[in-house]
Amino acid sequence: MARTRYAPDRGLTVRMTVTMFLLGLVFVAFVAAIIGILTAVHASGAAIVLVALIFGGGSAIASLFYSDKIALSAAGARVVTPQEAPELHAVVDRLCALADMDKPRVAIAPTRMPNAFATGRNSKNSVLCVTEGLMYHSNLTPEEKEGVLAHELSHVAHKDVQVMTVASLLAIVAGLLVRFAFYSELFGGGRRSSNNNQGGIPVVLIIMAVSVVVYAVSFLLIRVLSRYRELAADRSGALLTGQPSALASALTKVSQGMSRIPNEDLRAAEPLNAFYFAPAMKLTRGGGGGGGGKSLSQLFSTHPSLEKRLEQLAKIQRELGQPTAGGLSAGPGD
Amino acid sequence: MGFLDTLLGRTKPVQPKLDDLFALPSAAITLQASSGFTPTGSGSVCFRSVEGKTFSDVESDVRDLLNMDAGKPGGGLPVEVTRDSYGYTWLVSSHLSDELDALVTDLHAVNSALVDNGFGPQLLCTLVAFRDERERRLALVYLYKRGTFYPFAPLSGQERDNALEIQIKNALADDLKIEQDLTRWFPVWGAPGM
Repeated sequence: MARTRYAPDRGLTVRMTVTMFLLGLVFVAFVAAIIGILTAVHASGAAIVLVALIFGGGSAIASLFYSDKIALSAAGARVVTPQEAPELHAVVDRLCALADMDKPRVAIAPTRMPNAFATGRNSKNSVLCVTEGLMYHSNLTPEEKEGVLAHELSHVAHKDVQVMTVASLLAIVAGLLVRFAFYSELFGGGRRSSNNNQGGIPVVLIIMAVSVVVYAVSFLLIRVLSRYRELAADRSGALLTGQPSALASALTKVSQGMSRIPNEDLRAAEPLNAFYFAPAMKLTRGGGGGGGGKSLSQLFSTHPSLEKRLEQLAKIQRELGQPTAGGLSAGPGD
Repeated sequence: MGFLDTLLGRTKPVQPKLDDLFALPSAAITLQASSGFTPTGSGSVCFRSVEGKTFSDVESDVRDLLNMDAGKPGGGLPVEVTRDSYGYTWLVSSHLSDELDALVTDLHAVNSALVDNGFGPQLLCTLVAFRDERERRLALVYLYKRGTFYPFAPLSGQERDNALEIQIKNALADDLKIEQDLTRWFPVWGAPGM
């Protein structure tokens, strides 16, 4: 029988499952609270909730559907043919053959910052985009570039764009509700709410308060989920190439390069942050030396800290290097 | 790949399919009859090396194994090991042109050694070279993860003879599992063993 040395990281799986479960829980609680509020008093707020749901759902579906076009035009990227970029295509061809996945379209963005992202609503429509900085101006070796590409292909394989869109649906609806409730209160909502208020608190205000809480909680959970997805993509990417240390050194180099980039680039890149290889906006301070305390910026970050990512890759390196007789890895330590 | 694996972001490295490779010798006879291409006797296995000593040990064991009967009748030449510019390793095995069975056995030995040591997912493709009397070059490329073949006919420079490839595809449709998705027919320019 074929042995495998690619044991899944159970710890990561569990943490990700819990995060998704919590997001689902918040969603259910949110819906229940809204229905509860609306049935307790007359359905005066129903219109607002309905409009928010339609708008939120619609915008989520649209952003998913056009994710490739939106991201490409935001990055100013252009899809390139195998004739235009034979080397890049060759690397992607080989990685896709290794991973047995459909080859995404390949695009190049005219940005000096070394980075890459992948997007698209399904495997047929996905795009893998690298910046000119990564391709031509960085000091990355071919193996390190391959590691970056493998990481991005793992995002495609994990359908991260779809997963994150669904996950952020809740936050979008909650955020819209806050805004709608606020405006309706501002512009003549006072008449209606005075008819329905119980104990002096207008319905719209209650909806607004619930939405604020839901928005905050789901926002944090989405960021947690995003960080786990990054770790998962690192892991799959490293296993795909069999070169975890090449990916680790690519990460180090790209993160260092980030700090030397002028501000214009960073602002232009910010909307795409969640899909980038390394965060284009530096929210994490990187310091702390692996000590216990999680800083606040870490809590809001879309990407795990460099230390965490390197630590995971070092673990994969040990697993891959185990002698054959040892067989399967002993499992994650934590 | 399961829905849960995708949802939880734990895609597993794909194990290779090895068995379909053995359809090659009989397909070679069909190929010769229908289009005049004969095996050159050389073929290669391409895989992505893993960092670390464990993998390089496996790699050198395979080389020793294949070289054991090099020089003997039917044993072929010693294997050639090349590292291409993309970081992949090619093990080239060369036999006489009528020893396709022995060649396939050699290639399979590489496959099983990697799989037995748990490195099966690192296998990319295997390539068997053909020529016709006009010295046109052709390779049948076996994709391990798909268990399918596709023809690759390089011309000078970075051009492919697509017409010839389609012709070969049709000629072998009954003998080999041909890769139907043309986007997966990636070019292997300058592949060792062609």
